[in-house]
Amino acid sequence: MHELSLLENVRGILEDHALKQNFRRVTKVTLEIGKLSCVEPEALRFGFDVVMKDSLAENAELIIAELAGLGVCRQCQQQIEMETLYDPCGYCGSSLVTVIQGSEMRIKDLIVI
Amino acid sequence: MCGICGCGQTNTTAKLKPVLGQRQHLLKHDHSHNDNHSERLVKVEQDLLSKNNAYAAQNRTYFQQHHIFTLNLVSSPGAGKTTLLVETIKVLKDRFPIAVIEGDQQTERDADRIRATGVPALQINTGRACHLDAHGTGHAVMELGVKDYSLLAIENVGNLVCPSSFDLGEAHKVVVLSVTEGDDKPIKYPDMFHAADLMIINKTDLLPYVDFDEARCIQYARQVNPDIQIIQLSATKGDNFSAWTDWLVENLSPQ
Repeated sequence: MHELSLLENVRGILEDHALKQNFRRVTKVTLEIGKLSCVEPEALRFGFDVVMKDSLAENAELIIAELAGLGVCRQCQQQIEMETLYDPCGYCGSSLVTVIQGSEMRIKDLIVI
Repeated sequence: MCGICGCGQTNTTAKLKPVLGQRQHLLKHDHSHNDNHSERLVKVEQDLLSKNNAYAAQNRTYFQQHHIFTLNLVSSPGAGKTTLLVETIKVLKDRFPIAVIEGDQQTERDADRIRATGVPALQINTGRACHLDAHGTGHAVMELGVKDYSLLAIENVGNLVCPSSFDLGEAHKVVVLSVTEGDDKPIKYPDMFHAADLMIINKTDLLPYVDFDEARCIQYARQVNPDIQIIQLSATKGDNFSAWTDWLVENLSPQ
């Protein structure tokens, strides 16, 4: 369950930004989670309320925007959409595919008061 | 809008400005801060792991400055990481200093096994956490007093999922997979094999007794990570063990 550690990181980042950007409460948190990242959105949703309790983001709404997985085939140079880290190239069948998008796990923006 | 805290009280600021100026407004601040503030959007665009990554970057700089070659060993529980380290220390401890950080949820057992070989080891008990992080690792490095020009092996908590995300500042992640676990682990736990630079297939002496297809395992690993290097060995019997120690010496020397 490293989602709980990740959420503790989220809380820390919110606290830093609260000081830097002068806000005291967060009402909405938007995360961007790549399809190929090792994070399970459901586990994030499950842990979010628990980790944010008694913090500046208590009762905040959590939005998770999923980013598609994209790769480039090293054999035929085509760009392909990836569902898993081991998808072969859909054009030439090669398994030599470099991931170019989908590993992201980031806080995009917040609605704050 | 209030120019100081960004709250939505437009008129107050406008009225006060010509008379009292910004500083006066700061001191008097006659509007409430408890309610009626309008919501606003704050752009963050920051990685969830940015704090850990910042500590990892500090560790990496420290390792480079002190010529410490650091490996982060990951595997499922029981793949043979500690035995691999014990045998490695026996072969290499007279050639350069070695230090070990052991990560487990509980007990000192692994650190005790390492200390028995004569090299310093520090156990981190992560408690409920299922992985080491860069902050704790940095403290462990300081506490252990790792010598310059050392090989530092960090044995992570036995877990093929969580440690893949947490950079500790290492030069390489090394994933250990034993033949008793099944050849499809690389595609069952792709994140770890994607993050690793080297895969060690351990316990090859048991191949006659288990249904493990080495070629298939390697194919799966390369599907997940086309650049992964692979060494097959038996840490207990010593089969092909020199391929691993040669790899270490080769990678250590440019430091």
